[in-house]
Amino acid sequence: MSRPAWLPRLWPLLPSFVALLLTSLLLLAFGASPPLAFGAIWEGAFGNQDRLLTTVAFWIPLMLSSLGLLISFRAGLWNIGIEGQFILGAIGASWVALSLQLPAPLQISLQMLAAMAAGALWAGLAGVLKRWGVHEIFGGLALNNLAIILTNYLIAGPWQPPEGGSFRGTAPFHADALLPLVGATRFSVVALGLALLAFGLVVLALRNSAWGLRLKALGRNPRSALLLGVSSRRETLLAMAFCGALAGLGGAVRVLSWFDSLRQSISGGIGYLALMVVILAAFRLLWTPLVAFFFAAVLSGSVVLQLRTQLHSSLGNILTGVLVLLVLLFGNLDSLRAWWAEWRAGRRRS
Amino acid sequence: MRVELEKISKSFGPVQANRAISLAFEPGLIYGLLGENGAGKSTLMKILSGYQPADSGRILLDGAPQRFRSPLDALAAGVGMLYQDPLDLPPFTVLENYLLGRRGGLAIPRRRAAGELRELGARYGFEVHPHERIEDLSLGERQQLELLRLLSGGARLLILDEPTTGISAAQKELLFNSLRSLARDEGKTLILVSHKLDEVQELCNRAYVLRKGELAGEAELPCPNKRLVGLMFGQLPSRPARPRPEAGPPRLELRGAAVRSPRLRTQPTDLQVGAGEVLGLAGLEGSGQELLLRACAGLLPLAAGELYLSGVPQRRLDYLTARQLGVHYLAAGRLEEGLVSGMTLSEHMALVNPNGLFVDRAASKAQAAERIRQYQVVARPRSRVEELSGGNQQRFLFGLLPPDAQLILAEHPTRGLDLRSSDWIWGQLDERRKQGAAIVFLSAELDEILERSDRIAVFFAGRLSRVLPAGETSVDELGHLIGGGA
Repeated sequence: MSRPAWLPRLWPLLPSFVALLLTSLLLLAFGASPPLAFGAIWEGAFGNQDRLLTTVAFWIPLMLSSLGLLISFRAGLWNIGIEGQFILGAIGASWVALSLQLPAPLQISLQMLAAMAAGALWAGLAGVLKRWGVHEIFGGLALNNLAIILTNYLIAGPWQPPEGGSFRGTAPFHADALLPLVGATRFSVVALGLALLAFGLVVLALRNSAWGLRLKALGRNPRSALLLGVSSRRETLLAMAFCGALAGLGGAVRVLSWFDSLRQSISGGIGYLALMVVILAAFRLLWTPLVAFFFAAVLSGSVVLQLRTQLHSSLGNILTGVLVLLVLLFGNLDSLRAWWAEWRAGRRRS
Repeated sequence: MRVELEKISKSFGPVQANRAISLAFEPGLIYGLLGENGAGKSTLMKILSGYQPADSGRILLDGAPQRFRSPLDALAAGVGMLYQDPLDLPPFTVLENYLLGRRGGLAIPRRRAAGELRELGARYGFEVHPHERIEDLSLGERQQLELLRLLSGGARLLILDEPTTGISAAQKELLFNSLRSLARDEGKTLILVSHKLDEVQELCNRAYVLRKGELAGEAELPCPNKRLVGLMFGQLPSRPARPRPEAGPPRLELRGAAVRSPRLRTQPTDLQVGAGEVLGLAGLEGSGQELLLRACAGLLPLAAGELYLSGVPQRRLDYLTARQLGVHYLAAGRLEEGLVSGMTLSEHMALVNPNGLFVDRAASKAQAAERIRQYQVVARPRSRVEELSGGNQQRFLFGLLPPDAQLILAEHPTRGLDLRSSDWIWGQLDERRKQGAAIVFLSAELDEILERSDRIAVFFAGRLSRVLPAGETSVDELGHLIGGGA
């Protein structure tokens, strides 16, 4: 049986539709009207210019982290530690912001570089641990926790605001350290430019560079890659560091535009969210920004949902979570068809 | 229990692993099932033990046709298989493993089962401590437990897959004594899958020999080893010796080199291979030649001794360094170790011939097209490697070898290839040899080793037992030597 070529490409639409259906049922169970709720999310994400820009502002760090994961997944690495790398980026940027006072362009560039270096370092640590036999998932999880503890220590200790610690964050950074924002939103043109630039670079690296090809070989078959002359040690570290740098940049954008200081739970789970984005996009380059944007819209739109319908804003999280679960469950068309065939065969037997 | 296999056939893709094999096993006897790697013995035994279904053919137990859906099914019918790696769960205790796979209620009769287990152990002469953890036991002890589990599950036919690999001599003695008493006193049917001729001779009453998926013959044991080797490898036409070139300066030298694996530790080995020379490694599978070949490429570390490449000592050699020195390794599994599934021929070219920071697609496509023409690969530059047949994959792998290769190490260079492809591959290797490369290969085909090597290194039980010029030996002598003869 042949199937049209466009069918697998549109495949993510089916789980999306089922996820929408399941979420609607959930809403009905709570006595809410699905059209009203989804309308509120739409309104919250795109209702006016400020809301649209807020959605984009949320999208930028998510997008940067997802781009990093495209690199590490290509090399066959499960970089769960991305959350910690994001946090370390935020810490790196905050360190420069709190300790230097330079003209804005220089100050911001330095902050970004420090963030990328910190993220790359944290990721590199997971890479080195992997060489010593600690799988990157476990090493990454441990490093994520360490990153959170480090944040809390800095906020409560050395970087405590002068008026006394509230344990919630550092004092706001000085004006030259912060990214210039548009109007009353948290949207920064500079950050958007960086995200688009990063996207271009990642596409170039994965599609056209010799390095991208080595990562692909490594990710698909490390044993063959070795025999073809690919150094798994070197490329693993590089892929991790590259991913960590992008996540770190995301963390910098987060502290320098979404917030104005280093705070507790600075990432808001964006690193884990990025993992879901990339899995949902089936590791495809061009799907990733779109899926990330969808996530950003649903999550930032859910704020209005809460204001308008008294439903908790975690509905957005439920929707995205169910979606990823369904995509993983169905996997791809072929496994679904295999499942279907087996089910029918089972019925015939009994 | 009388066991019959009737015309069992099984294919994996294009490879026919078993071709209409019919065998009969009588109760109270111990059978040896012999054959080189790839002869089809594991496939056949997995079918008999319910691990996988046959494509066609029947299994009869005491005359009644059977259909097994799982190993548990087979065990219920009386067929138990002891795998080379015992199927137990290391973190569990001996008792817990014994209870696994039992059908029964929710309550686990621990105390009664422990008593049962001790009793069983005593009956077969094994010492059993029900509360020890599996991970603290030796391979031999785990095997004994697995055997007890199968026997208590009602196995009347026992299949043992290479049971003596990795266990001590004392454990082997114990195992063989128990097996003899199982056959003699309890009338069980036993099948020993092995390629260790002396063990089969020692233990078994009769041997079946498989070759290339078919029954090559049977023999009452004991019989001369030569006869079994003849059945395993086939009768070979004698070929005229080709002129032997003078070997050039040494490309590879081993001094007291030893390699360790969980199953085997090779004896210290001295070996030298010169430029323009072809050295064939002969030996039954698992005799140590595979480990040593890998160590020469830096794919395994040396446990002792020294390795020289073109006269330069190498400490802690790794494959990437070796590659830069012109050493290239061709593994037996082409898609497992060699080519990357999902990547095209052009991408492979770009990977081994990087041309700056970016991939020059036009150039790598042209290179791939060039190799396709030169190495007669049936494919296109944008074909993915997994779409190619085995022969074409092997040709393309040769196309990826750089022209300045100094030392080519190959596992089974022509395994699974037809005659034309094999000849072509050896033509290529001969070209490389003339250009000054040294070639070391191992093969399960004695005639390939005899015909293609200048010298032959014979391995037995982890030891390099003899190095002899290919022109001065015969299939008979070689067969005798790899079977452990002096």
